[in-house]
This record gives sequence, structure tokens and C-alpha cells, in this order.
Amino acid sequence: MKLHEYQAKEIFAKYGLPVTPGMVIKHLSELDEALKKFPDAPWVVKAQIHAGGRGKAGGVKLAKNETELRDKASDILGMTLVSPQTGPQGKLVKKIFITPAADYTKELYVSVVLDRARQCPVILASSEGGTEIEELAAHKPQAIQRMYVDPLAGLQPYQARQLHLNLGLSRDKINQGARLFQDLVKMFLELDLSMVEVNPLVVLKDGNIHCLDAKLAFEDNGLARHKEYAEWRDPDEEDARELEAAGHGLSYISLDGNIGCLVNGAGLAMATADAIQHFGGSPANFLDVGGSATTKAVTQAFKIILSDSRVKAILVNIFGGIMKCDVIAQGIIDAAKEVGLSLPLVIRLEGTNVEQGKKLLSTSTLHYQFASSMDSAAKTVVAAAKEVAK
Amino acid sequence: MSIYLDKNARVICQGITGTAGLFHSKACRDYGTKMVGGVTPGKGGSDIEGFKVYDTVEEAVGKTGANTTMIFVPALFAADAILEAAAAGIKLIVAITEGIPANDMARVKAVLKNNHKDVRLIGPNCPGIITPGVAKVGIMPGYIHKPGKVGIVSRSGTLTYEAVWQVTQLKLGQSTCIGIGGDPIVGTTHLDTLEAYNADKATEAVIMIGEIGGTAEEEAALYVKKYMKKPVAAFIAGTTAPPGKRMGHAGAIVSGGKGTAKEKIAALEAAGIVVAQSPGEIGNALVEALKGKGRKPKGKKKKK
Repeated sequence: MKLHEYQAKEIFAKYGLPVTPGMVIKHLSELDEALKKFPDAPWVVKAQIHAGGRGKAGGVKLAKNETELRDKASDILGMTLVSPQTGPQGKLVKKIFITPAADYTKELYVSVVLDRARQCPVILASSEGGTEIEELAAHKPQAIQRMYVDPLAGLQPYQARQLHLNLGLSRDKINQGARLFQDLVKMFLELDLSMVEVNPLVVLKDGNIHCLDAKLAFEDNGLARHKEYAEWRDPDEEDARELEAAGHGLSYISLDGNIGCLVNGAGLAMATADAIQHFGGSPANFLDVGGSATTKAVTQAFKIILSDSRVKAILVNIFGGIMKCDVIAQGIIDAAKEVGLSLPLVIRLEGTNVEQGKKLLSTSTLHYQFASSMDSAAKTVVAAAKEVAK
Repeated sequence: MSIYLDKNARVICQGITGTAGLFHSKACRDYGTKMVGGVTPGKGGSDIEGFKVYDTVEEAVGKTGANTTMIFVPALFAADAILEAAAAGIKLIVAITEGIPANDMARVKAVLKNNHKDVRLIGPNCPGIITPGVAKVGIMPGYIHKPGKVGIVSRSGTLTYEAVWQVTQLKLGQSTCIGIGGDPIVGTTHLDTLEAYNADKATEAVIMIGEIGGTAEEEAALYVKKYMKKPVAAFIAGTTAPPGKRMGHAGAIVSGGKGTAKEKIAALEAAGIVVAQSPGEIGNALVEALKGKGRKPKGKKKKK
């Protein structure tokens, strides 16, 4: 679960990390209140969306006086930001963050993520922070410092001091810098984060080190342990169908094609999409019903697939392990009745309780084509979708 | 004979009183696995469907001589269950549980590395391991397997079954099949299993199923190129996955142009592995690999 900058900064502050306070507003009418809270110019107006690259896309602006503040706020609120991280359709800005501008002399970069190969958290940092960090990582990888964290011991002070020095930060601030890196890692570990990023981390005019930005994402698996933050999820930032699916324990991702897929297991779901494409079709979605879906969840899965009007045919590909084929079969039968399914339906079932599943299907009134292998299932549904699309 | 799992396995189930734990303990027992009991803290001393229940793994090991465990404990308690098993002397830990926080797994791996080097952890978020005809410790449907000579390893659960089924229909059968799990941090990697298959007399060929994200398949490919004496076929899932979108497995995140299907396929082919273009062709890719397509097996055969 990703958070907005203003939410991330609230958590940063709890961990004693130096951030500038500000106010988030949804309507221009709230500007007066922001001005009361932060009367002194200049300010920065920052679009609050779940994507980076905001500055370059025009979503972060400096305002030197009140008139400018009102102008910039009205420009950014309601604009559609397109950055390399938003996708070509961009993201609508529904909230902006108003914060006093900081005077700084140097921009750096720091983040904490999990290093899969080393199986531990790693701090990535660079003395060359700012908007070009991705280009830097690609073209000058040696400019990115890496400090690995023992997951049992956490980041040790000597490592944090070393990182501070490696970044070329001032020797008199060595304890301040070390504290900051340790707090970032502490926050990462305690809150089960998947990512925390400060870009830029800056050196203020007075020499202090400061987090000018804050990005933070909870790992979904760990979120159950931090329920107080679960309600910070911003539904505006997420695909409505994906969110609804998640509510039913389903993993749904919208794709561009016209063949709806209902599969169990992420690997098989990806492979099913691959097979459809291999035989000349195009999947409309990725839908993993997971290992423990109930008949009700399967019914919901069908409803979500059918709510996409581009879908011309549906492929159900189930290889039962934890998931029992009869549960899927009952779900399909119930869902088809409930939603009045009229599209071509291709079903491939194998695995746990497959005979019961097949029997349920064959004794129902459901119209479907049964496929005995993955390839034949993919071929059949591709042909069916083409027929309907004609 | 097999890798990791053989006829000497004495298996307990941690979380046996849960619905899934009990269902699959029974299925494992029906398959022929020596299921010697289960553990649920607070329910020790009871008996459930013929399984003796213990409060702790240590007690279960003491009373039953268990050396293997299958874990169905809920996600937030599963890391503890793994460490409890290791501390009690269990040597093969199969963690089925899905949704364990990655930081928990980082800690588990660090403890295992420091204190329990002889423990083999498979998973989490995996279907488990089966040596057909001998034992299964996991949730895979037993009947799709057939004893034979092909080792199958995969990150995915259901996609493993798909590969197994194709091999069974070709009447080749499997030596040992392992789902290593789709999470970013898992106990056993593709590379670990390839080393084991390479040394296993019963395994004559290997199918490796990968998916987008991470670089584990690339590392395995390097090993195959240098050391593998047996033919290898592969499939990589996720060719159609849009970049940057999460496909349900934390492991399946494509980032920074690394770990894309295209890159992985290129690395595998460069190592002489026959890569199936569609998931329906995994069996055929194996047949091709067995015929010697792609590469010549490296290393000298041992003389007897």
C-alpha cells in the first residue's frame, strides 16, 4: 500500500526524522486556512499522487507570494499529471500539499528497500540526488552507495556513520546523519515497509540535514500488523476493480485485451495470459482467485470480469491444489445464474476434486466448452472471442 | 533416489487443527506419507482424525521422531513456526503459508544461516515437495504425479502442476517436484535444486519454471552453463505482464528493466536450456531437451 507524501511525512515525524510540516488541501477554499497556519512566504505547492517524477511533470511549484500561491494551487489542483511513473494516461491531482519552502545547498538521495539477492534490507544512497536519480542509476551505477542491513541487528551506528562520510556530508553533522539513516531503517523494519525513499534529502543553508520529500509504501503482507495505517489507503489512487477484487481476497489486474481470465495461482494466471497471446488472442485481465477462495468469492470474480464491457469470452483455467475444483464449478454455476452469463465460456479443470467439479458442471444448465489441456483451452477461447468480436 | 524427500521422512503438520492443515495432512497420509502427528499450541493431547496433536514441535519430535514439518500456520505467526521447527531439530521444513511479511522472512533466513545450517527450508508461499510414489509434503494433488526421472522445480504452485501433468501424460514421470514459492525471500532457490538434481542419480532431466521478477533464473542459467550434466527445459511466465504491475506475487515485480521475461529467456537459451514458448509446450520442450537440442550435457559421466 502506497502512501501520499503528506501521510509519509506524518510517519517520518513520529520517527523523529526531520521533515517540514505542511497542510494538505482538497479545495482552493482551504487555502486561507493553510495561509493562517503557514503565513510566511515562500511556499511550495506539491501535487499529491502515488507516483514519482512529479516535479518534472509540473506538479511541484514554488510560490513567492500569496498571489502566486493561489495561482499555482489552482493550476495544480485538478490537473492531470503525466510522469514516467504514472503511465501515459496520467493521474488526476485531487489533493495538494502546501509547505513552507526550504533553503538548501545540496540535494542527495536515500532509500531503503529489500535486496532479494542478499535477502536483507539495503540502503541505497547517492550524493547526487534530485530528479535525475533513475538516469544516474542506469548510467553511473557507481554513484549509488549501497549499505546492507543485518535483518536481526538492524543498521549499526558505524555503518550509518560510514554512509554519512561516503556521501560527502560534513564531518560536524556525522551524528545527525547517522541518526537519520538509522531511523529510516528502524522505520522500515518496524512498520514492515516495502520501500521508503527520500528524494531529495537536502543539506539546509544552516547545515542541517533535512528530508524534503518522503515516499513510503507498506508491504501488503505486513499491513495486517499495522491496522492503524490500513485506513490511510487512498481509494482514488487505485483501480476500482482491483480494489474491489482485493476486498474479496482476489488478485485482479486489468490488461488491454478482450478475453476475461479466471485462474488459480499467480504463476498459472500469468502463463494463461501468455498462452492466450501465444495463440493470437489478448487477455483482458489477470485474475488469481488464490488458494482458498469460496464459492462466493468465485461469484464475485465472475462479476468483476463481466463488469468489463470489453470482455468477449471467458476462460476459466483451474489446476486445483488447495483450491478444490468442485468449489470453482459451483461458483461458476452460481455466478452464471446470478449475472445471466451470455458470453462464450471455456473451462479447463484439473486437480483436487476434479471429478466432482466436472460432474457439477455437466449436470447444470450452464453453457460452456470443456477443454482438456491448457493449449486447447487457450485456442478455443481465442477462437470464441474472435467469433463474438466479428 | 530423489532430492530432499525420501521414504525416511517422518512428517508433522504445524497448524493441523486448521481447515487447510487438516485437509492436506489427510491427503498426504492417503498418498502414503508417514504423517506422525501435528502441532497446535494449546491443543496438545487431543486427537484429530487419527492425528496426535502436540503443543510444541519439540514435544512432537520427542514423541514421534519427526524429522520433517509442513507448516499451515497463519502468515503473521508462520516465521515463528519455522524457527520453532528448526530449533526442535526438524531438518526439512516445508512452509505452505502465503502472505508472510518479507522482513519476517529476512530474519528467518538470517537465523537459519547463523544457527541451523543443516536445515532445508522450502517455501514459503509454495505447494511443497513430492517424491512420487514415496511421499508428498504439500498441497499438490497426488494423482497427477507418476514416479520417474524428471526433476521439476517452479516458483509457482499451479503452474508446477501444469508441468507435472504434461510430463505424466508423456509417461516420463518425475523424480522429485518442488514448488520453491513465489515470495521475494524463499528458503530454497532454483539454484539449490539444480545442484541437488545434478547430484541425484534418479534424476535424468530437469524442468525449471520461472517467472518475471528477480534474477534467480539468470543465476540458475549460469550454473547450468557451467556445471549441469543433465538436459534442462524451462518456461518463463509473464511475457505478457505489463511492466511495473504487480501480478499477485511479490516476486513478480518487474523493475528497472531487470528480470523481464525476455531477458530471462535469453539467459536460459544462452545456457543451452530449451525454453517452451507457451505453457502448453513445456512437455515438448523437455522431449526436445532429452533429444539433445540446445546443448550437449557438460561434465564427464562417472565411470563405474
